[in-house]
Amino acid sequence: MALSITRRYRALLASALLMLGVASCEDKTPPPSEPAVTPTTPYNLQLPSQLPQSVVLPTNNPLTVEGVDLGRKLFYEVKLSSNNTMSCGSCHQQSKAFTDGRAKAIGVDGIAHKRNAMSLVNLLWEPNLNWDGAATGLETQARVPIENPVEMHQRLTSGVAKLQQTALYPPLFAAAFGSSTITEENVLKALAQFERTLISSNSRYEQSLLPTGPKLTQDELKGKVLFFNHPGEAGNTSARGGSCDHCHNGNTFLFTSTSFTTPGGNTQYFNNGLALSSDLGRFGVTGVASDRGKFRVPSLRNIALTAPYMHDGRFQTLEEVVDHYNEHVDANTADPILLVSNPQINGSLGALGLTATEKRQLVAFLRTLTDSTFIKDPRFSNPF
Amino acid sequence: MKFLKYTALFLALFSLSATVTSCDDDDNTNPAAVNIEFENVVGSNTLELNSATPYATGAGDQITVTAFRYFISNVKLKKADGTEWAQPESYYLIDQALPASKKISLTDVPPGDYTSLTFTIGVDSARNVAGAQTGALSKGNMFWDWNTGYVFMKLEGRSPQAPGAGAVILHVGGFRKGENAVRTVTPTLNNSVIRVHEGHTPEIHVKADIQKMFVGSTPIRFSSVNNLMAAGTNAVNISKNYENGMFVVDRIQGN
Repeated sequence: MALSITRRYRALLASALLMLGVASCEDKTPPPSEPAVTPTTPYNLQLPSQLPQSVVLPTNNPLTVEGVDLGRKLFYEVKLSSNNTMSCGSCHQQSKAFTDGRAKAIGVDGIAHKRNAMSLVNLLWEPNLNWDGAATGLETQARVPIENPVEMHQRLTSGVAKLQQTALYPPLFAAAFGSSTITEENVLKALAQFERTLISSNSRYEQSLLPTGPKLTQDELKGKVLFFNHPGEAGNTSARGGSCDHCHNGNTFLFTSTSFTTPGGNTQYFNNGLALSSDLGRFGVTGVASDRGKFRVPSLRNIALTAPYMHDGRFQTLEEVVDHYNEHVDANTADPILLVSNPQINGSLGALGLTATEKRQLVAFLRTLTDSTFIKDPRFSNPF
Repeated sequence: MKFLKYTALFLALFSLSATVTSCDDDDNTNPAAVNIEFENVVGSNTLELNSATPYATGAGDQITVTAFRYFISNVKLKKADGTEWAQPESYYLIDQALPASKKISLTDVPPGDYTSLTFTIGVDSARNVAGAQTGALSKGNMFWDWNTGYVFMKLEGRSPQAPGAGAVILHVGGFRKGENAVRTVTPTLNNSVIRVHEGHTPEIHVKADIQKMFVGSTPIRFSSVNNLMAAGTNAVNISKNYENGMFVVDRIQGN
C-alpha cells in the first residue's frame, strides 16, 4: 500500500517535471511563442427565421470566433492532403455552392470517387451526412475525405504533424482550443465549426416572399406551384404537380427530407427511380434490402450552381433531371410518392405527365433557389 | 344469493384494499410517469415496412406499406372519480420508420389510479392554425403547404389493385367544419387500472391496426381511393373508420 502510493507520487512527480521540462523548452524557443490562454469568444450564430429553429449543436464543440476562423483556414489548407495540392475547398468551391462542377470528384492521385461532391450548405440542419448518411456528425465526417485514398489521401496524424511545424497554426489552435499542441480531434472540431456557419437563406425565391422583395416571373410562379403540388393536390383533380416538395421540403426552406420532429432531427432516404448501378446507397450502410438504391435527399438550394446532378453526376442539366422524374422513373423501385401521374395532356410523355412547358417552368423555379450572396460571402472564402 | 353475498364481501375487501392503496398514493404526491408504446399492426401481424409479401387490407385489397406516420395529441388520463389529467403541450408524431418515436413518455402525472386513457388521432383544430410549430409539430412532410394544417395520418405504399404504377398515397387531414377528420378515442382498458406513483412507471401497450383504416362504415378500395392528399369526404371517411377500433390497449405492464 505504502509502496504503491509512493510509486504514484513518483509518477506524478516525474510527469510534473516532464511538464516543466516541456514548458522550459518552449520558453527557450521564442519564435512561435505560446500565447497567453485567453478565453474564446462565442460565435454569434444567426439562425434565419424561416429555417427550423430547433437545431441541436454538440455541447462538446461550441462555435467560437477563434474556432470558426481556424476551421476556415483548415478548410482551404492543402497541407491536409498527401501531396499538398488539395484542400476541402478543392472539391467544395464556394463559387459553385461548394461543389466542383464534376460528375465525380477526383482526388490527389487523379482517381475518381464513386460519387458526386455534395454541396455544403445548411449542414447545421443535417443530422446525417454524405449521400448515404454514413456519417452521423460533421466532426467524424471530416476525417473521411482527408484520409480516403481517392480524395486527399493522407492520414490525419500526418496532416497534424505538418500543421504543427508551421508558424501559422499552433497559435491559432491555442486561441481556439487552449493548446498550441495540435490534435486530430481539434482539427476536426474546427472544420466542423466552420462548416456549421455555411448558412444560405437569401435565395431569390426567399426574397420574393418578402413584401418589398423582387417578384418572380409568371413562368417561375407556375413552376413554384408545380414544385409544391402533387397531382390532384388538395382534392382538386385538375391540380397539376411535380411532387418535388414531398422529398425536397420547401416549407422548411431546407429543400431536403430532414425532419425536426425528433430531437436533433432525422433523415429520410428515398429511391428516386434511377436505374440501379453498383452503388446501392443507403443499403451499403444498413444492409437492409429495402434500402437498395436509396439516397439522402440533397438540398435544392443553389441547385442551378451544382451540376452535374445525382449521386453519380449522371445528369448534366436540370432539364435532364426533370426529364428523369417526368419520364424515366423506374416504377418497380421508385418510392410510390413519385408514381402518381397527372392526367396526360397532348404531347406529354411518361409517368408524371408534365408537358414541355410545365417542365420548363419547373426548371425556371429551381433557378430561383440560387443564393448569390452565399457564394460571394467573404466569411466563407479562401483566406489564403 | 350466496354467490352475491360472496361477491359483495369480495368487492368490499377489494375496495378496502383499493382505499388503502390510494391512501398510500395520497401520502406520495410526487408526480410520476406513464409510458405508452405504440405497436403498428396489420390484423394479427406486426407491421413491417416494405414487407416481402403484401398485407391484406381487410376490404379486399393488398398493400405493401412504404411509409406510415400519424399524430397522437392531447393525451388525457382520468380517475374513477372523474378527476382528469390532461398533458400540457401534448403532441407526438409516431413514425413506423423511427422506432424511438413509437414510445412516448408522459411525465409529471399526478399519482393515482387511472381508469381511462383518451387521446386525439391527429392534431386539434386550434393547433392546425396557430401556435408553435416545433417538436413533433415541426414543419416537414406532415404539413400541407397550401392548405394550412397537418396531415394527421399518412400511409403510402403499393397495391396491385391501385391503377397505373400501383401507388397508394393516403394523406388524411382536415379540421374545418364539414371536413373535420380530428378524431378522439378512449380505447377500453378492459377494467385494468393504470397505477401511477413514484418509482412505478406503468407502460400501456397500444396496438394500431392499419386494416381499420380500410374497413368500417366506409370500406376503402384502392381502385377508387389511391391518391388522397386533401381534407374532404375521403379523409373524413377514413378517419371515421380508424376512430372505430384501430387503437386498442393490448396490455398494461409494470402496474
